Amino acid sequence: MHVATSTKEGGAALFDWGALLLALAGLTLSLFIAERSADPVMSFHAVVFAAFALAATTFLARKALSKTEEAAEGYYADNVIKAATIATVVWGVIGFLIGDILAWQLSFPSLNLDLPWTNFGRLRPVHTSAVIFAFGGNALIATSLYVVQRTSHARLWGRWLPWFVIWGYQLFLIMAASGYVLGVTQGKEYAEPEWYADLWLTVVWVCYLLVFLGTLMRRKEPHIYVANWFYLAFILTVAMLHIVNNLALPVSFLGTKSYGIYSGVQDAMTQWWYGHNAVGFFLTAGFLGMMYYFIPKRAERPVYSYKLSIVHFWSLIFLYIWAGPHHLHYTALPDWAQTLGMTFSIMLWMPSWGGMINGLMTLSGAWDKLRTDPVIRFMVVSVAFYGMSTFEGPVMSIRAVNSLSHYTDWTIGHVHSGALGWVGMISFGAVYCLVPWLWKRQGLYSQRLVEWHFWVSTLGILLYITAMWVSGIMQGLMWRATDNLGVLQYSFVESTEAMHPYYVIRALGGVLYAAGGFIMAYNVFRTIRGDEPVDVAEQPRIAAAPELRGPLPMPAE
Amino acid sequence: MKLSHAPFEKYSLVLLLGILMAVAVGGLVEIAPLFYLKSTVEEVQGMRPYSPLELAGRDIYLREGCYLCHSQMIRTLKDEVERYGHYSLAAESMYDHPFQWGSKRTGPDLARVGGKYSDDWHTAHMTNPRSVVPESVMPGYPFLAARALDYKDIGERMKTLRAVGVPYTDEMIEKAKLDVAAQTDPDGNGAAAVAQRYPKAQIRKFDGKPGQVSELDALVAYLQMLGTLVDFAKYDASGPNLR
Repeated sequence: MHVATSTKEGGAALFDWGALLLALAGLTLSLFIAERSADPVMSFHAVVFAAFALAATTFLARKALSKTEEAAEGYYADNVIKAATIATVVWGVIGFLIGDILAWQLSFPSLNLDLPWTNFGRLRPVHTSAVIFAFGGNALIATSLYVVQRTSHARLWGRWLPWFVIWGYQLFLIMAASGYVLGVTQGKEYAEPEWYADLWLTVVWVCYLLVFLGTLMRRKEPHIYVANWFYLAFILTVAMLHIVNNLALPVSFLGTKSYGIYSGVQDAMTQWWYGHNAVGFFLTAGFLGMMYYFIPKRAERPVYSYKLSIVHFWSLIFLYIWAGPHHLHYTALPDWAQTLGMTFSIMLWMPSWGGMINGLMTLSGAWDKLRTDPVIRFMVVSVAFYGMSTFEGPVMSIRAVNSLSHYTDWTIGHVHSGALGWVGMISFGAVYCLVPWLWKRQGLYSQRLVEWHFWVSTLGILLYITAMWVSGIMQGLMWRATDNLGVLQYSFVESTEAMHPYYVIRALGGVLYAAGGFIMAYNVFRTIRGDEPVDVAEQPRIAAAPELRGPLPMPAE
Repeated sequence: MKLSHAPFEKYSLVLLLGILMAVAVGGLVEIAPLFYLKSTVEEVQGMRPYSPLELAGRDIYLREGCYLCHSQMIRTLKDEVERYGHYSLAAESMYDHPFQWGSKRTGPDLARVGGKYSDDWHTAHMTNPRSVVPESVMPGYPFLAARALDYKDIGERMKTLRAVGVPYTDEMIEKAKLDVAAQTDPDGNGAAAVAQRYPKAQIRKFDGKPGQVSELDALVAYLQMLGTLVDFAKYDASGPNLR
């Protein structure tokens, strides 16, 4: 139990002093690099890093010199989770907004402004990193650290280490995004950060794994809850993918540029092994962990099937890893690898739908909540999108279909039905659950705003994916169309021209989705500020923080 | 013996090991053989490392994120071969760190764009794409022509690439900086040496403006050599291409 103050144990003192030395070393090294580097971006990032190291040094010096432990904020370490939740919302809004700017740039190219820092090629990684790693990553860190404490009945392991994970992760994101805009990139999709940012992420990620695993190890519950299996698989596998795919040799330790150790066909295979499993483990396994906690919790119903969760967990993580080569059909990758990728992608349909069924059927006997609780609706519709995109994915992995769909907007539509539908909506649901629970509020500031957010974003997604289906399939058909003499019927640019109306529709869908993000940010802000909820009577009992909930209603006889 | 899932749920390290084993298999089976198989490590006549100017251009291609809208991988499909030329061989990207096959064609494939358009066309296109292709949605890159190419560390870059397997010789690295300038000066003293070190290297002032070597020179030099190294009149898909 945590009392107000207590004498510090020897291990803890060692922990603080060791970390203080590391922070000082980091500070010295970054100042040295900032001073010596001839590469302006490297100097800039070194200064940013030095500021971080200085803050860490100050914090750790106070910790190390103090003879006593400060009072803990409660049984669970929730302040770090509050920080990560806010980061989720902020990065989400940024990521959606940049995505929509890109959509308008594709519709009206003069919006690229002819400047290096604003062109599509440099901003696109900012969008993908902001939504996947910043919005999604912070949502995963926040929920995983929340869930592992509640389901283990234990406080986070590692004293201030969770804070290091949160802030260290934001530092990585800032270095990555500012680097892209300034032209620093490895040139590998979704693995754009350069060698030094990659190294830093590795350090942060290993600490994240330690915090998560350390908490699991000190749990007071006999069993590890299913959500934690998924979170653990996500953390571990992402570490493996990140390290293997990013092995590179810097040109100079004082510069940003590096060259990866793989080339050509081997690099392509490694990259898509990484890329597809960023989808499989970052955007699927992690968010399934979220689903397995927040849907049963919010619906106040147990998970539908324990056996199904075991079967679909192991089959999902085993099969996903093989699916990468479906990104390389008809390329110079050997046929056997393409066939393996396709076969496993099709098999993957089953465990994916196992997860969908387990999520949806948890609502058994509580389907009426879909009507009354927009937060549950967000999460259930999210699982429905998950089911849809995990059906579409295997279809697109079939070679014959892929010959049409690959390189077209169909892929972009597919990704976004997964990202906006599944990842986005399950995260919105989790954020709407977490905010009143963490800040100990009676409910959200406004449930009606959640309704608005739900309908606006659903409409946005529908516009987005239908526009991309039409434009993608049309592109594919135009590229392969031949006249009766066997001559290609369309020049490339004729297909570009034909895309224009769909690009505009997509951009409008993006406006709606981004607007939904702003509505959420406003609602979360008002809730955190402690404003009186406007419609608390309409909100379910579970919307309130645990200590503010009334007694469970008695079941009818 | 009764199978039970309990150990995975009771011991976090058992769960951790179980996950590691489950996720290790697929990658090992699919990736490891690619470093040994004949079809993926085959050498094809004509392939050579990038000249220093082409390499600098390729680095700009990466920096500007061109790969996000342009592929460099012609698939073995009839319409692609019609539109873009011979399907891409594994060997054609053997010196590409990283590969640039891409995943999206907002613009056309560039694997064999070399020689398709004139330097003038590229210069105009980079400065304002809509001046030559009115329907294009490509961003304009007018700043490339104005910027001097920064190639003071080009030798270091080539050394790094050599360390990861690109066969640059000591001589190539030593002469790297000179070769950058020499490749843009067909009448200069170094032109013959560049052509000899990098067969098929095109030597001219790519941006059409005398004076400094610009970023545009490097990028156009890279684009103009894409897909030009292998002579497909001589290439035989079934025969030995190891020379």
